[in-house]
Amino acid sequence: MATTRQLNVNGRVYTTDADPEAILLFVLRDHLDLTGTKYGCGEGQCGACTVLIDGKARRSCITRLADVAQRQITTIEGLAKGDQLHPLQQAFLDEAAMQCAYCTSGMIMSAVSLLSTRQDLSAAEIRRSMEGNVCRCGTYPRIVSAIQKAAEVMRESRP
Amino acid sequence: MSRELEFEAGVEPERYELTALLRYCFEVDRREFFKFLGTGLLIVCVWKDAYGMQESGSDRGTRLQSLPAEIAAWLHIGEDGAVTAYTGKVEVGQNIRTSLSQAVAEELHVPISKVQMVMGDTKQTPYDRGTFGSRTTPEMNLQLRKVASAARDVLVGIAASQWQVDRNRLLVGDGKITDSANERSVEYAALVKGNQLTGTVPAEDPLIPATHWKVAGRSLPKIDGLDFVTGKHRYPSDQKLPEMLYGKVLRPPAFGATLSSLDTHKADKLPGAIVVHDGNFVGVAAPSAEIASRALAAVHAEWKSVPQISNKELFEYLKQNEESGESGGLVPPGSLARSDSSGSAFRYEAGSVEKALASADHRLQQTYTVSYIAHVPLEPRAALAQWSDDNLTVWTGTQRPFGVRAELAEAFRMSEERVRVLMPDTGSAYGGKHTGETAIEAARLARAAKRPVKLMWTREEEFTWAYFRPAGVLEVSSGIRNDGTILAWDFHNYNSGAMGIRTFYEIENQRIQFHVTRSPLRQGSYRALAATANHFARESHIDELAHLVKMDPLGFRLKNLKNERLRAVFEAAAKKFAWGQNKPAGHGFGMGGGFEKGGNVATFAEVAVDRSTGDVKVVRMVTAFECGAIVNPDGLLNQIEGANIMGLGGALFEAIDFSDGRILNGRLSDYRVPRFSDVPALQTVLLDRKDIPSAGAGESSMVGVAPAIANAIFDATGIRLRSLPLVPNGLKIS
Ligand code: FES
Ligand code: FES
Repeated sequence: MATTRQLNVNGRVYTTDADPEAILLFVLRDHLDLTGTKYGCGEGQCGACTVLIDGKARRSCITRLADVAQRQITTIEGLAKGDQLHPLQQAFLDEAAMQCAYCTSGMIMSAVSLLSTRQDLSAAEIRRSMEGNVCRCGTYPRIVSAIQKAAEVMRESRP
Repeated sequence: MSRELEFEAGVEPERYELTALLRYCFEVDRREFFKFLGTGLLIVCVWKDAYGMQESGSDRGTRLQSLPAEIAAWLHIGEDGAVTAYTGKVEVGQNIRTSLSQAVAEELHVPISKVQMVMGDTKQTPYDRGTFGSRTTPEMNLQLRKVASAARDVLVGIAASQWQVDRNRLLVGDGKITDSANERSVEYAALVKGNQLTGTVPAEDPLIPATHWKVAGRSLPKIDGLDFVTGKHRYPSDQKLPEMLYGKVLRPPAFGATLSSLDTHKADKLPGAIVVHDGNFVGVAAPSAEIASRALAAVHAEWKSVPQISNKELFEYLKQNEESGESGGLVPPGSLARSDSSGSAFRYEAGSVEKALASADHRLQQTYTVSYIAHVPLEPRAALAQWSDDNLTVWTGTQRPFGVRAELAEAFRMSEERVRVLMPDTGSAYGGKHTGETAIEAARLARAAKRPVKLMWTREEEFTWAYFRPAGVLEVSSGIRNDGTILAWDFHNYNSGAMGIRTFYEIENQRIQFHVTRSPLRQGSYRALAATANHFARESHIDELAHLVKMDPLGFRLKNLKNERLRAVFEAAAKKFAWGQNKPAGHGFGMGGGFEKGGNVATFAEVAVDRSTGDVKVVRMVTAFECGAIVNPDGLLNQIEGANIMGLGGALFEAIDFSDGRILNGRLSDYRVPRFSDVPALQTVLLDRKDIPSAGAGESSMVGVAPAIANAIFDATGIRLRSLPLVPNGLKIS
């Protein structure tokens, strides 16, 4: 008999009967229908599956369900506050930092984690910190601009 | 149509892209259309087969006869004023949903937000051969402009007759027609209400000239960008249906392996798991991906494989396995889907190469090679298949929804009318998603399971069981006079393809040949196709010739180049790059350029070589690009930057390692793709030629990257690299 467990995602409590050994990425996508988090490699190499665990970027494709049972998980779907986009979402739109946009949610989630501690990063620091995220369409320069732009917005809106 | 004429039309025969056969011709049945579209105005764009010439291969003649007229696109304006345009083209990140909407909005004088595009749905959209070859902008953009401008004409006509005024007095704007003399106006919606109006497009319909474009020609953001930054958009791999099962396919250990024994009794016992065995196909479907994985692991299979070559023997193999005439055995035996080969060898000759070589002051003979590389679309292949009453519906990411429909119909021996393929906007393709393997596999599982089945390929499957950019051997032999005039050009490409094989330099004596060979790996289309290989060999060789006669590489090119558009991009890039300026020690400058698919490009690169470590870093690249009138400048820049960055990977380090029917580096931790730190400073100069019809840009803009970098490495070190990738393990400086 399958046992159920609770999962805290985007401020909501979900109940799932997924195996504790199950991979978080597929629990989110298949069980909770949160498909904004993408599969790209399954081995922590591309960043498409990035989510926040207690505010820190983590690759959900190499994270077991059991490891996040008591934690706060945030996915791309939980980033906007109602109609109010997160500054990074807005910046990605403004800078047209996407082509096929399959990498976009992972890029944004990684950047959210990055900017949560510091908003004064140089372009070189951003590039270095984002090295684990792949955009095969090659929109890297635009992504760097978008992150810089969002950082500026976040700096200015700080109390 | 002779080969020569095809070149004049700017369309070269390319074996790896020509796959889609036109199975039948639509009958335009008005009532049918209005039944699913609703009343209103419908404009259908019917064109004579002007593009049949693109097809190469033996069946071209018969195909032409069977194509009296073809529908390219249609447009519907509903009673509520909603404008919907239908095209068989698909969105894989080139942002054509935006640029095509833009074209319609412009011609119809409506805000872009009023335009909806229905794309790549074999039930709802007109037949289309596929989205590749940078043909969307020159073809579909034009077709949609035509239907939209015809619709506008019809609407003006109705208003004029209702008001009994001269149509030339009426103004069109913002979804309305206005008669300013009598101070009245009417919305499109009101004009079409209750009607079933149809029209077809005369080919010679006047279009708004590029200089008057309002919406087109401006940068517009991705049309549904919000869905992408919020994770709402459903890619093929995100599709879901009630009762859906998750599929997995058992892969053989090597290409061409055949199943010799199979034991599934353990897998069968897993809750809800269904094991399907059909010939060499073994797959499972289960209520969750986890159970499907466990079931697959529980299957015990033994395979028989045949010995095959490794990449160490590759180039020799290609040289020794030329096939005479028409296409070759490109499919490894036993692979599930067919390969994309339908082309043939190509040969062009002018003057006498032998005589010219004999009279030249210098002769140069060199061999260049390119490796197999993988597309690595960030979204691996995925499909969701559903059967109902012997009808099959498949959602999948493909550049050829109609081609995949044909593959499905063939695989299941059913008529195409009973198959529907839908293509949700997909996580990129780059020429790598022409085929329907995943669709067929998902459909096979769904048929056995009697439930919808979704199949998502893993990254490893995508690396191994899709297809590769062809590898190639290119042999160039040339003769030159002391004054820098190129006299003879003998150019042979083995296997990689004919695209971009002709030289655009003025050379009197030429022999250019594409040799079809057997390929040890399954190969197919890739962004820019063989143009990358052909430009790499040509532009590297040109650079070698310039050094041979001690001329500046730019001056040498311009001396041998008459084509104005090409000269313009070389000159523009040189200026922006500051060609000829001093460079830091260890740095080198290089250039490469060419003409491909209506786009002219020159790329200049600066590299820095660290002599102690052998590290090669591309510091900056300047690209000058011209593809006629510009539709969406920012979209174009985005495509060019992206193509340059993708081009960097193939130029510097991407290569498929294989042996004995196995891919040895088929995962992202083993196969290096460009990342943030690989990206140089990029500058792009766009030349806008409003007098020339727009061409696509997603491919042609990358052909100069590899030779520019190779030439820059030579400039920095004196080391001439003639194989792509250039420095997979850094530069060996002895
Ligand atoms: S899918 Fe998790 S890092 Fe690639
Ligand atoms: S936009 Fe396609 S992978 Fe980044």
